[in-house]
Amino acid sequence: MKRSFDVLVIGAGPAGIAAALRAAECQRSVGLVDDNPSPGGQIWRGGVAHPNGGAPWLELLSRSSVTPLYGTRVLDQPAPGLLLAEAGETLVELRYQKLVLATGAREMFLPFPGWTLPNVMGAGGLQALVKSGLPIAGKRVVVAGSGPLLLAVAATLRGYGAEIVGVCEQASWRNLATFATRLGWRKLGQAVRLKRELVGVPFYTDCWPLSAAGHGKVERVLVSHRGSPREWACDYLACGFHLVPNTELAALLGCQLENGFVKTDRCQQTSVADVFCAGEPTGIGGVELALLQGQIAGLCAGGDQSGVVELVAQQRAMRPFAARLAKAFALRPELTALATPETLVCRCEDVTLARLRECNSWREGKLYTRCGMGPCQGRVCGPATQFILGWQPESVRPPVFPARVESLLAAASNAEVNTEPNAAMNAATNPYKNPGERS
Amino acid sequence: MSEEISIQVNGRAIMVPAGATVAVAVTMAGDVCRTSVSGEARGVLCGMGICFECRVMINGHTHCRSCQILCAPGMEVVTGKSGAP
Ligand SMILES: Cc1cc2nc3c(=O)[nH]c(=O)nc-3n(C[C@H](O)[C@H](O)[C@H](O)COP(=O)(O)OP(=O)(O)OC[C@H]3O[C@@H](n4cnc5c(N)ncnc54)[C@H](O)[C@@H]3O)c2cc1C
Ligand code: FES
Repeated sequence: MKRSFDVLVIGAGPAGIAAALRAAECQRSVGLVDDNPSPGGQIWRGGVAHPNGGAPWLELLSRSSVTPLYGTRVLDQPAPGLLLAEAGETLVELRYQKLVLATGAREMFLPFPGWTLPNVMGAGGLQALVKSGLPIAGKRVVVAGSGPLLLAVAATLRGYGAEIVGVCEQASWRNLATFATRLGWRKLGQAVRLKRELVGVPFYTDCWPLSAAGHGKVERVLVSHRGSPREWACDYLACGFHLVPNTELAALLGCQLENGFVKTDRCQQTSVADVFCAGEPTGIGGVELALLQGQIAGLCAGGDQSGVVELVAQQRAMRPFAARLAKAFALRPELTALATPETLVCRCEDVTLARLRECNSWREGKLYTRCGMGPCQGRVCGPATQFILGWQPESVRPPVFPARVESLLAAASNAEVNTEPNAAMNAATNPYKNPGERS
Repeated sequence: MSEEISIQVNGRAIMVPAGATVAVAVTMAGDVCRTSVSGEARGVLCGMGICFECRVMINGHTHCRSCQILCAPGMEVVTGKSGAP
């Protein structure tokens, strides 16, 4: 399948939706791609009530001229102005004049004993499952890790009837108090709602999971709270350590990164011509910032900059907030010691910390242990090894997600100009086809 | 979300709300998604298509990320290994 758009937006979260709508208002043909089956991103997708103002945006989107391309995952850019994507078994070629990357963020996961047990999930992971229909009423859930997401998740789960055993935040009380008094929570647009929805839920600061245990699935969680151990029985452990930006696609296109985030100018333009970036890949700043940046990117990509100045000023005013957020929820060094030598760090290839400690770099780890060589391509273990071992990530190589062999061969044949011969090679070593792997 | 549909998970009929992902059906069935290279049972981690822990076989297609695929009536899902002992 081949499609062509004036403006192509990758990611249908708040940033991508805002960008697509504004670009469409500029009378451009706009395509909106997301790998999930429906729009909304991590915050608005699924569920009946959309918190933080999602409903009007989704309503506008459904009535707009924007062409939805959901269930479609972008893999590679075989030539400038052309992206290769997969929609199920179908290969999609997407041509664009201007591109907006709004690929969002994912949760940061840290390994600890028992973290691979079934029903130990990401905080946002369990939230997504519940919003998509998993019955949680009466189930005991421990929510742990770091970041404002923990409270949002606890509130969602409780709203569906879960019993929240406790919310464990690794950050110190002092850091959080500073954040709160500087209106951090209000900026997240959640303070009032959360306060109402979390009445009576135990909230522990300076608290993190030490281990999870159970037969076949998690049954107990051991946490450290202010230096003392506590054990709780639970049905689910929802655990994530704040967010990491999805910068893989931007990096593949050659966009310059700065401190791990995509660098943009005031129009959200990246270092690559005609490529814009908005939302979490440019900095973890919450839904309000994502919406502002999305609108700016959409207007600039659409070619109508008349309304941009005002939006840019609002965006500027929010910048200190992102910095405060990062500072308040910075991960404490004790967390580097959560994993024991036997703990699996790479879940795709089952590589223990002990084996990784024999290596000196991400590259060596990949070479000698296959850490990061599995289908997640280091999205889970990469940030973890960076935090625990201080390893720096390598440059991104296509495809940014494992692809079917057919797609890779098509990519290779499309790219006579800037051929990357390894694309075809990668097909041969497709991680999907691991011997010994059962589906 | 009141409508329900029925799908097969490891040969058993599971009723899920319309709009549920296959990962929801597998978790509701009490089954795990896959068996890791060293034989561990694994279920959903990220719920957003990143980690690949939720891979199952759907209608004969292997390695489908169940957290990003919606249940459809009559779907047949086979997972790596069933439930807790
Ligand atoms: C798991 C999770 C849960 C969250 N829950 C909440 C919450 O309850 N409340 C709250 O206030 N904030 C929540 N947040 C934070 C919230 O997502 C951000 O504040 C903000 O809304 C981000 O908007 P965005 O548009 O930048 O990104 P996102 O909303 O993350 O949207 C990015 C979209 O791009 C898609 N995408 C990425 N790469 C590709 C590709 N290669 N091809 C196709 N599609 C792609 C992703 O699947 C995603 O749908 C959550 C974040 C995460 C990671
Ligand atoms: S649960 Fe992570 S990819 Fe589906």
